[in-house]
Amino acid sequence: MSLPPRFRDWFAGHGWRPHPHQLALLEADGDTLLIAPTGGGKTLAGFLPSLVDLHLNPARGLHTLFVSPLKALTADVGRNLARPVAEMDLAVRIGDRTGDTPASQRRKQRADPPEILLTTPESLALMLSWPEAAKMFAGLKRVVLDELHALAESKRGDQLMLCLARLRSLSPGVITTGLSATVEAPVALARFMGAKAVLEASPGPTPDIALLPTRQPPPWAGGGGRYAVPDVLEAVAAAQTTIIFLNTRAQAELFFQALWLANDKGLPIGLHHGALAREARQKVEAAMAAGTLRAVVATGSLDLGIDWGNVDLVIQVGAPRNIKRLVQRIGRANHRYNAPSRARIVAANRFEVIECVAALEAARAGELDGEPRGPGPLDVLIQQILLTACAGPFDADRLYDEVITAGPYASLSRTDFDACLDFAATGGYALKTYERWQRLVQRNGLWQLRDPRAARDLRINIGTITEAEKLKVRRRGRGGGPLGEIEETFAASLSPGDTFLLGGQVLRYDRIRDLVMEVTPTPGREPKIATFSGLKFATSTELSQRMLAVLADPERHAELPRSIRDWLALQSEFSGLPHPGTLLCETFPRAGRWHLVIYGFAGQNAHQTLGMLVTRQMEALSLDPLGFLATDHALMVTSLQPVTDVAPLLAAPVLEQGLEDWISASSLMKRNFRAVATIAGLIQRNRPGARKTGKQTTFSSDIIYDTLRRHDPGHILLRATQDEAQRGLIDFNRIDDMLARNPHIELRALPRVSPLAAPLLLEMGRVRLAGEGQLRMAEKMARDLMTEAGLDQVVQGD
Amino acid sequence: MIRWYKVTEGYPFRFAGEEFIARPSGALWWPGQRMLVVADLHLGRSERHARRGGALLPPFEVPDTLAKLAVELAALEPERVVSLGDAFDDDLAAIHLNDQDTACLADLVKGRDWLWIAGNHDPGSSIEGALLPGIPGSGAVELKGRVSLRHIAAAGPDISGHMHPSARLAGRRFRCFVVGADHLILPAFGTYTGGLDIRDPAFSPLAAGGIALACSARVFALPMPGGRGQSPLQKRDI
Repeated sequence: MSLPPRFRDWFAGHGWRPHPHQLALLEADGDTLLIAPTGGGKTLAGFLPSLVDLHLNPARGLHTLFVSPLKALTADVGRNLARPVAEMDLAVRIGDRTGDTPASQRRKQRADPPEILLTTPESLALMLSWPEAAKMFAGLKRVVLDELHALAESKRGDQLMLCLARLRSLSPGVITTGLSATVEAPVALARFMGAKAVLEASPGPTPDIALLPTRQPPPWAGGGGRYAVPDVLEAVAAAQTTIIFLNTRAQAELFFQALWLANDKGLPIGLHHGALAREARQKVEAAMAAGTLRAVVATGSLDLGIDWGNVDLVIQVGAPRNIKRLVQRIGRANHRYNAPSRARIVAANRFEVIECVAALEAARAGELDGEPRGPGPLDVLIQQILLTACAGPFDADRLYDEVITAGPYASLSRTDFDACLDFAATGGYALKTYERWQRLVQRNGLWQLRDPRAARDLRINIGTITEAEKLKVRRRGRGGGPLGEIEETFAASLSPGDTFLLGGQVLRYDRIRDLVMEVTPTPGREPKIATFSGLKFATSTELSQRMLAVLADPERHAELPRSIRDWLALQSEFSGLPHPGTLLCETFPRAGRWHLVIYGFAGQNAHQTLGMLVTRQMEALSLDPLGFLATDHALMVTSLQPVTDVAPLLAAPVLEQGLEDWISASSLMKRNFRAVATIAGLIQRNRPGARKTGKQTTFSSDIIYDTLRRHDPGHILLRATQDEAQRGLIDFNRIDDMLARNPHIELRALPRVSPLAAPLLLEMGRVRLAGEGQLRMAEKMARDLMTEAGLDQVVQGD
Repeated sequence: MIRWYKVTEGYPFRFAGEEFIARPSGALWWPGQRMLVVADLHLGRSERHARRGGALLPPFEVPDTLAKLAVELAALEPERVVSLGDAFDDDLAAIHLNDQDTACLADLVKGRDWLWIAGNHDPGSSIEGALLPGIPGSGAVELKGRVSLRHIAAAGPDISGHMHPSARLAGRRFRCFVVGADHLILPAFGTYTGGLDIRDPAFSPLAAGGIALACSARVFALPMPGGRGQSPLQKRDI
């Protein structure tokens, strides 16, 4: 296909020329992965073949399916695509279908789908579970997978690939295009989506990135970056439009509030994150698109490819945790291919200054980080089998043949497939008790739902994101508008009267009714808490190694701000600096407890694992560990007895044995199990109308996990949970690496906390020990409470 | 009359003038009566789930719960066992018990004075306390006495179940006994049971100012909310 005159004129009319990769993709005749930097016109490149085909061969009905990871993205792409379609007067309708799409519009789409349908992986899975899916997708010509690099990082990508395999069987000959930002392993990603060819666009100009100079030095700990508010406001005032990224929602809320308190010039600044109500998000998106905002404070919800051409500055507050994310966020600025992006970084604390310097260096060097991916997970496959049954009876052989065409499942054995099918049908338990109540039954050789009404529950369970349950938040009083959502666990930690931040407002929690939290805005009051969790990222290996290199080399300290240099000089004098080849450890007493710090630079997850293992061993050596704190840079363990030798705690056999035990018993495994069991449909997500009331009717997935381990240790979900842990073991490998890289262990016994360890004492998020340590802690807390309540003397009497 | 009994593991406490022991398992031992009391076994919950078209939960909660009960029987050798209601998740769950579980249950009951008090989930929800065929032991709506035993707390002093009390402490959930002046409420004993937090207002009329006994490897006491002033338990940091 070449570019028809109408398209050539359209480009020319705007004074544009199509990018070479846009034309090349038009020529491609099979499934292709396009890799282009942000601002390289990826989205248009993906759509151009569809628009040209629809122009040359007009046809009504679903032609192209566009799948993107975020609801906000589909809205944005829809807006951007509407323009060329209108200007070229093409007879193409564009619709979107996401969780936010109103029911009336969904019904219309099912009857008369638009030519181009924009959707998310979860909505696609849902559409494929409808009985009419075969008919709806039979005429599909093209599929465009947007931001594939992001999707491929999680189970959402595995699910999408299974859905793609289904689309390929429903509509043989459908052509798939994957769109991706720059990745470290293009061929692996191409295999993942089953593409035959990779098309790499030329990278754009080097971005202009640097630390944002601040009036005050960064604080010792914390992640909010609020000390830099005046500097950020100044930068916003000097730019046209700015996006300010923070790493978590809570941080975004707090930063937004702080900006407004200092915003003397009244610059129009908005807030955008995933916990806000849809209306609020859409308002901000529209205002950004219209160019009426000078800045928006955002989190990951704006992370991916939203095209706002007039953004000329990106400010990242807090270390970006991995290099890829930094590069993508930088790509938001100056969305023109040929102009360099401008980005400024605000380190939230002193450790982060070093991290930011390392990340900047990597970004300038064009280096990316990434973790390898394993084979497709079984829980996602189980969900796919159940959803296939929702669409209609199926043949097991044919479904297996289809599944192994999906990249992540190419090496799936028939035995594993059959085990998944058995789980979907009977529960797959050693004790065969469900003959009468099987979920799937085989009739005339075809598998189908025993009770077709079960399809409703299964559809509710669609998706692989297993976030905490959410509560809606509403203003109290008649007709109180929705303000957003918070995690149920966060809500449970509040008592009526507590205040917290949401949507930039301080809200007072009044009560929970019908699973809606009612609140009253209380402007001017200090929020008590704002700690509902966003995603937590761990620093990548590459970044950690770069940090360590900066730290260890005094000559490079010159690149660092003065306050950081002084800090490191002090550390060097008082204790020592971590340096490659040596694992620096420190012990010191403080507040009646001993502290052991291991500067591992192996990332938070690895340190968390190491913390579990080290404390187990300390327990065995009667050192009475109490808890630990894992950050990206170090592990700190508190105990009642001092550690005098670290080597026995870190010996490889000790760690491996510990790992074995830990894997089966740890709370992390329970968390993995919870996710796996939810995706596989063993644990129901909330049902409309029948939501649990937090009363005694529900029991935790931990109980199921423990029961299963006792009675059916070979069960497939336990295996899937193990697999999940194996992926997590990448982090164990990082511990191994860390020990291998640092054969020499240096333990410094200090009289008090060292400068480098001081920030750790201020960090939140300490992990209390499970098992004996946690029980001891609980008992102590209970004793304190009894004493406080004056009950300690009267318990035995009556 | 001579009375003898073993000094057993657990937390001794007094309620309504009697001595009791809260067992780490969540069972109540009444040494003076040689009586073992358990509440809310919810046997057959996985079967009921599956029957209603829900998820196919691991069908092991019956053997698991009965095994736990067997350990208590072996340790305490009670003369009398009382189940405080909701022993089965519903009528059919009792009928659908498999042969192995039925045999196991019969074994436990054999040779003991075993009383099933009816709960809101129980077979027939029998007003007259009739039992379904095949379930050994005797049934009753409640056992009246100086200290009554019933499913749902009513006129005190009484011992009841139904509420599944639990407490969160140090990031972990513990099943709890709740001990008020007139009411003693047992934790759910069954494997597949959840909990109602002791901070729930439902507990305040029953046990304000009382204590909760948390079950774990050891049993330990903590105050119930709603005593003098605001209880420390209402703070969010527990």
